[in-house]
Amino acid sequence: MAVLLLGFAFLYAPIGLLVLYSFNASRLVTVWAGFSTRWYGELARNEGFRAAALTSFEVATFAATIALVLGTLAGFSMSRFSRFRGRTIFGFALLAPLVVPEVILGLSLLLLFVSCENWIGWPSRGIPTITVAHAMFGACFVSVLVRAQLAGFDRALEEAALDLGARPSTVLVRITLPGISPALISGWLLAFTLSLDDLVVASFVTGPSATTLPMAVFSSVRLGVSPEVNALATLFLGLVFVLVALAFWLTAREERRRHTA
Amino acid sequence: MIGIGRFGRMLLIGVPFFWLALFFLLPLWIVVKISLAESVIGIPPYTPLVTHGVSGLKFHATLANFALLVHDQLYLRAYFGSLGNAAVATVLCLLLGYPIAYAIARTRGRRRQVLLFLVMLPFWTSFLIRVYAWIAILAPNGILNELLTGLGLISEPLPLLNNQFSVELGLVYSYLPFMILPVYGSLSALDESLLEAAADLGARPVPVFFEVILPLTVPGIAAGSLLVLIPAIGEFVIPDLLGGPDTLMIGKVLWDEFFNNRDWPVASAVTVVLVAVLAIPILFAQRFLERGRIA
Repeated sequence: MAVLLLGFAFLYAPIGLLVLYSFNASRLVTVWAGFSTRWYGELARNEGFRAAALTSFEVATFAATIALVLGTLAGFSMSRFSRFRGRTIFGFALLAPLVVPEVILGLSLLLLFVSCENWIGWPSRGIPTITVAHAMFGACFVSVLVRAQLAGFDRALEEAALDLGARPSTVLVRITLPGISPALISGWLLAFTLSLDDLVVASFVTGPSATTLPMAVFSSVRLGVSPEVNALATLFLGLVFVLVALAFWLTAREERRRHTA
Repeated sequence: MIGIGRFGRMLLIGVPFFWLALFFLLPLWIVVKISLAESVIGIPPYTPLVTHGVSGLKFHATLANFALLVHDQLYLRAYFGSLGNAAVATVLCLLLGYPIAYAIARTRGRRRQVLLFLVMLPFWTSFLIRVYAWIAILAPNGILNELLTGLGLISEPLPLLNNQFSVELGLVYSYLPFMILPVYGSLSALDESLLEAAADLGARPVPVFFEVILPLTVPGIAAGSLLVLIPAIGEFVIPDLLGGPDTLMIGKVLWDEFFNNRDWPVASAVTVVLVAVLAIPILFAQRFLERGRIA
């Protein structure tokens, strides 16, 4: 349908152009000077971007893992217990970070860290504070996914296992968790991607020594179009494409396995 | 949950609750506290709320920051500018996103999964990079202007960047997937038999759409609109990279107040007002999600 073609053209045109021009031998976007991978070479030699990329990956890995654990706990809490004290506030605290503007999250967290530092002399801002911040809103995203998955989960499987003599812990590990594994996998990947991509919150809560990749890109981009950033963007797109395709493949495989078992 | 016991249940709920209370609710409370403080040169750059003096505890609280927000034209214009931009972006996202969601809902099977994946994929790629891509396209010597000049359609570059147009374009571009997915969710849950019944009763396609389909997809429209409107009001990156001197959005004002002016109390006051402004749609969204169990 024409609508779909136009819609997807709109969504993908800027990305496609970025990829195209990352291979442009000329620095200017408007002059095509032939195919070249020189910007990838320049990018690889750029110490600033390399260090920032390492920092970002480190933060994202830790943050996504913490977010997965916390988000799964939260998802189970909201899904399995329909009434408990503080459920309304808990629900609000789980959903609000998803929609609240990032400047608010960033500013409030920074003020917390500064107050804490004044009070007990810790933490010094940097990688740990960025990780904590990312894990906070990552957990909220994971909880949404886990809740949705649990809603569609057939509890009769758990009950059958219990009837057959399994201990509750066994039921959890061998029935429930594998059953919601699509949410767990996509949850981790989502938290990972969001952490990698975050600019605003990281800028607020970071310290003098920690620069994340988005921060490095942002300062570079404020000065204008930069071909190294095009190359970086293309690499990043490739990475995300691989990760998301992997997530889809793993999820589809789990679904198939569940239906045939 | 079986076998978890009371202590287990407390842990299950308590651990994430404690985390969120510490890193989301407590920070918001601190923002409120600091919005009532005065700015000083020093570390931290604000006065403490409570001090121990000879005569006991003294409270220092001032509403001067909030007074500043009301009196200084800049902040009022920024708040209304943000609301305006976000509202326009929401409407545009709806106008563009609804047909796309409708088209996807009409496909079947594997194709539908692939299309949804393609809609989600830009969301997963770097937000910053996608916004940056538009700079290259909209600049006076950018791709679009060069194309139009080369085709002989214009003699001078169009001012496409650093103005309201580019900001709106950036907002719509970035938030479109957030509108498409909830609307698609509503559309895909439609009971086809209702449409068949309408057709059997003699209704033509256009009335069927406006009187059957559209009302039934209101939940999806509402969800999508909130998912676009609320974050868009406080958006920083898009006005900063794509906006110009006349673009006043509250997210950017907050950032500037904080990083450039180093005025933490005023930035906190701006935040408090912003949260108050957003509280209504957020609570609305939460009631709505709990009721419809969309999440």
